[in-house]
Formats: sequence, structure tokens, C-alpha cells
Amino acid sequence: MAEEVSRRPYQREVPRVRWFLRHPRYVRYMFREVTCLFIGAYTLVLVAGLGALSQGPAAYQGFLESLASPASILFHVLALGFAAYHSVTWFNLTPKALPLQVGEGFVPDGVIAGAHYAGWGLLSLALLALAGAF
Amino acid sequence: MARSNKPIVWGPFAAGGTLTAFLTPVLVLLTLLVALGHAPELFAYERMHAFAGHWLAKLAIAATVFLSLWSTAHRLRITCYDLGIRADTLVATVVYAGALAGTAASVLYLTRI
Amino acid sequence: MSERRVELEVLRYNPETDREPRFQRYSIRCPEEWVVLDALNHVKETADPTLSYRWSCHMAVCGSCGMMIDGEPKLACKSFLRDYPGVIRIEPLAHFPIERDLVTVIDDFMAKLARVKPYLIPKQERALGEGEYRQTPAELKKYKQYTLCINCMLCYAACPEYGLIPKFIGPAAISLAHRYNQDSRDGGRREREEEIAAAEGVWECSFAGACSEVCPEHVDPASALQQVKIASTVDWYKEHLMPWLKK
Repeated sequence: MAEEVSRRPYQREVPRVRWFLRHPRYVRYMFREVTCLFIGAYTLVLVAGLGALSQGPAAYQGFLESLASPASILFHVLALGFAAYHSVTWFNLTPKALPLQVGEGFVPDGVIAGAHYAGWGLLSLALLALAGAF
Repeated sequence: MARSNKPIVWGPFAAGGTLTAFLTPVLVLLTLLVALGHAPELFAYERMHAFAGHWLAKLAIAATVFLSLWSTAHRLRITCYDLGIRADTLVATVVYAGALAGTAASVLYLTRI
Repeated sequence: MSERRVELEVLRYNPETDREPRFQRYSIRCPEEWVVLDALNHVKETADPTLSYRWSCHMAVCGSCGMMIDGEPKLACKSFLRDYPGVIRIEPLAHFPIERDLVTVIDDFMAKLARVKPYLIPKQERALGEGEYRQTPAELKKYKQYTLCINCMLCYAACPEYGLIPKFIGPAAISLAHRYNQDSRDGGRREREEEIAAAEGVWECSFAGACSEVCPEHVDPASALQQVKIASTVDWYKEHLMPWLKK
């Protein structure tokens, strides 16, 4: 009988923090995940606005003026981009999580995602109109 | 193996992720319009105060704040883990507490409007 | 039939002599229409018989020849040389321990597949005399795509969470459980929940979606995992908020 081959499996290490830099797919994933920072930060701006609103016209006016600073404008432009990226990635993934079987077939992913995009567009336009943006 | 209690935090995350997907971009856009000096009519103090004074609006605003902050908190928790911070229980406590604190603050302000 | 000189940079590891893996370069002339597996076989036959790797069907149905080709989990028999103009870097499938050269230790994967009870657990006992199960085409369609898994483990190599958390039960195992959960003949969803709804079950998944991107059979494991998350969440809320509901 042949000699036993000794096993010594080698475990390759995964870099704890920089693993996502190894492939564009993981970079995009991380990008999607950090959209939460901008959405969260914006929500805190909203809460601050509520606070100002609750304190009266002077405080509220001060809040509106602080929004006009260059830093604030930059933040909101970035937040808009990141929030939109969250929306796009979320809507594109929705058909995966909620497949709709109709008879023997499934509703195509594009239709489900498309319906979400349409709803998103309509809702946004409606809110802009209701707020008096145009 | 015991069943996880993750669903309790995942449910609101999924709801919040969906809500923010539909709502946050237009809200940011509206705020940006204000910042750029083209504030829509709703943002005048009297209008906004009247709007936020309605109980239905308060409910909607509080729910929006809660779900937005909660989904942010959950995603941040996952991201911390992905970036090597393995003290998951600590991170979870901090982020969810933060979300609840933000929600509590908004509820407090809403009661004063 | 034109030929091309191909440079392969292959990760070698001999457990008896090496302390750690190292790359070895092979330079061979191949017909242009070959796949990477053909090139490896040519190396083994003509240049280096010690090169070890798994392969079998050479037609992307057995799932044996999974490996990292230029950093991407692929089946070697389905990776065409014409798509790799430069030096081709070949490594064993990521996230698995290396047994030898391109052969990985797959015990963990095999154990995980078994844990999800990948067999029909009928709702009720059915005597042979009652005849066969009947299933409509629509009922079949509900789980059909999840039957296509060839256990190639590319999804485990792609999954960032499996890379960071080896205890994660993983995409293929959960998709397999989902395949049975969706089968109209099956009544075993509760039993499988023990493994699937555990912390190291579906809840380690962060929906990166890499698994579905690399799956050669278009099983779309990511979709299975999200559907399992939703089902588990609904179950959880029902159980905790409406405990009077009979199971």
C-alpha cells in the first residue's frame, strides 16, 4: 500500500478591510452601501429643520439661510446623487426579491422594475407640484 | 441552531429602504431648491407650519424619519462588519439607538408644532 | 485552425514541500478556440504532470473545474482563451482552503448542502398505493430554476460575506433549501428554517449579488436568498405578533 500523503490545507487570508478593492463588483457594492450615510445625514437635516420649525419663524428662517451655504449646497448635491443611486439599485433588485408568477411564466424583471421607476417618477413630480416648485 | 432574531430589525430596514428609494431623492431636490434660493411655496413658514401641524402629516413625517434612520442604521451596521469592525452587538446598539434618538427628537419637535 | 502562444500563471501548492503557495509560469502553444481547461490539460500532458486540478465533463454540467481565472470565479471548461489576451492568472477557487495546486478542500460546502435537508419532506405520509404526486407546469416553474445548481461553488468564491464569515451557510445551500421549500410536493419549510433562519443562515447575506453574477447556470441564488429573507421575516412576525395562529 502506498504511503499516506500528509494533508496540510492552506487557508488564504481575506484582507479584513481592503477586500472590496479586489474587484469592481465589490466597489460598486460598497458604494451602494455607503449611500446610507448620505440618506441618514439628510434625514438628520430634516430633523434639525423640524426643530427649527417648532421654535418659531426666526429659528426657521435661520435654518433656511443655513441651507444656502456652499457646504450645504455641496452636501445636498452629493446627497441627491447617492440617494438616486440607492433608488436605482433598490428598484433593480426588487424583482429578485418579489417574483410575480403569472400562470407558467414570471413577470419580466424589467416590467417590475419599470413599474417602480414609473411610480418613483410620478410621485416625485406630484410632490414637486404639491410643494409649489413649479 | 437557534433561529435568529434578525427579522425584527430587517423588517423595518426593508420598509425603510423602499420608502427612501421612492421619497428621499425628491425631498433632497426640494431642499436643494431651497438652498439655491428657489424655495417652493410650501417652505414659507406659515405654509410649512400649517402643513406640519396636521396630525396626518405628523404621523407621516415621524414614520418617514423613523424608517429612513432605521434603514440607515441597519446598513451602517452591516457596512461596519464588512469593514472589519467585528463588535457587532456594540455597533448594533449604537446605530439603532441613534435611529431611535433621532426619531424621538422628531416626535418631540412635532408635538410642539 | 490558428494557434496562439498562451502564458499561464498558475498558483501551485504542494502540502508536503511548500510552506505557502507560489506562482508558476507555463508557456504553451494552443489552438485559439481552446478553453482554459484544454490549456491546463496540455500543460499536464506535455510540460508538468504534477499539476493537479479537478475536471470531468468539459461541458459545464458537472461543476468540477471551478477556479479563479484572472481573479474571477469561472468554470475552466467555459473560459475561452480568446477572451484572455494577456497572461492568464489561474488560482484555486477563492475562500476555500487549498488542498494542492488548484484543488480546494470542499468538505465545508458538502456539509452545508446536507444540513438544509435537500430532499422532499412530504406534508403528509403518502402510501405507495395512492399513486404519484401530480404537479402542474406552473407549480414546476415555481422552483425549476433553483434545481439547475451544479454545485460548482463559484458563488461561494464570489460571496464577500462567505469570505469574511466562513460559518455562513452560503448561497448554494440556501438556494437548495429554497428549491424544496417552493416545491408543491414539499412540506418541510419549518424544518429547514432551523438552519436557514439561523444567524449563520440567510441573515449573513447582505445582497451583494456577486453569487448570481458568477453563476454559470443562471440559478440566481441571490433571488432565492432574498425570497427566503422575506419569508422568514413574515414567519417571524406572524409567530411573535400572532402566536395564536396555528403552525
